Amino acid sequence: MADTQQLEATRSETAAVEDEYPHGDGVVHEHPSNAVYIRIAVILGVITAVEIGLYYLERLGINPIALGSSLIILSALKFGLVAAFFMHLKFDNRIFTTFFVGGMLMTAAALIAVLAMFRAF
Amino acid sequence: VAQAHAVDHPMDTSTGIDNRKLFMWLFLASDCFFFGSFIATYMLYRNRSLEGPYPKEIFDIPFTSVTSFILLMSSLTMVLALSALQRGQLRQSRVWLLTTALLGMTFLGCQVFEFTEFYHKGLGYSTNLFASSFYTLTGFHGAHVGVGVLILLSLYYMISRGRLQAKDSLVVELAGLYWHFVDVVWIAIFTLVYLLP
Repeated sequence: MADTQQLEATRSETAAVEDEYPHGDGVVHEHPSNAVYIRIAVILGVITAVEIGLYYLERLGINPIALGSSLIILSALKFGLVAAFFMHLKFDNRIFTTFFVGGMLMTAAALIAVLAMFRAF
Repeated sequence: VAQAHAVDHPMDTSTGIDNRKLFMWLFLASDCFFFGSFIATYMLYRNRSLEGPYPKEIFDIPFTSVTSFILLMSSLTMVLALSALQRGQLRQSRVWLLTTALLGMTFLGCQVFEFTEFYHKGLGYSTNLFASSFYTLTGFHGAHVGVGVLILLSLYYMISRGRLQAKDSLVVELAGLYWHFVDVVWIAIFTLVYLLP
């Protein structure tokens, strides 16, 4: 009986905490407004258009290494914008950024190691 | 009681973070390796096919650009769905969730169309090294999108039935993280697979 009462008390306390901190990390977050999200989406669309334009520039005989580097930089920019604003990494607890960026860096290191091992470049 | 306390009180953890959100980020970090290995395999094999069709002969960049744009915009509708739910606008949240699911389904439809076109042009799964690595990478990404669409439709149903309220926005946020991850993976695939010279 005492256990049940204690469990109920915990549940109501939890509900109150979740109402106050809906993001689940005990911090009140200031998320961007819808206007900011729309602005980010427009920027993403423009970057995509630039990427496609760069792809067709290859036919004009532009150095493929410069072209490839530009495409990778633009892609990384898009990746970063989605992660920072849509996934809220810019506003959330830093431990999430550490996990995600850590995973990304390890993946990039493994990818480069595999490509180097098989002399892909 | 101790176990119930741990489950029901997400802030009372050693990290001070809800375990569900922490797990989702760990899952996403591990999924980076999953896709990273397929991308590495593709980049290794794409120019080593002994016979065609080769990537340059078969890719339809304008078409893939449109599908990329569709998936990119689905990330916007997803974040708008979460934003609406956090403000207690359940109807708007449902509309945005459904829009996101529809955009996801459109992306999948385009992928099925693209695969069918490639097949008719002679690119079967085992035609050459490029084909095997390309279909495996983009097919697994498509499977992730399919799972995401099912999650979105489930959330739509739950909000419609009153089982999700503004206070449960973390559930939609977790689904959103998964959806945005699928989007960022496609950002990488689009550049590395389709556009890179």
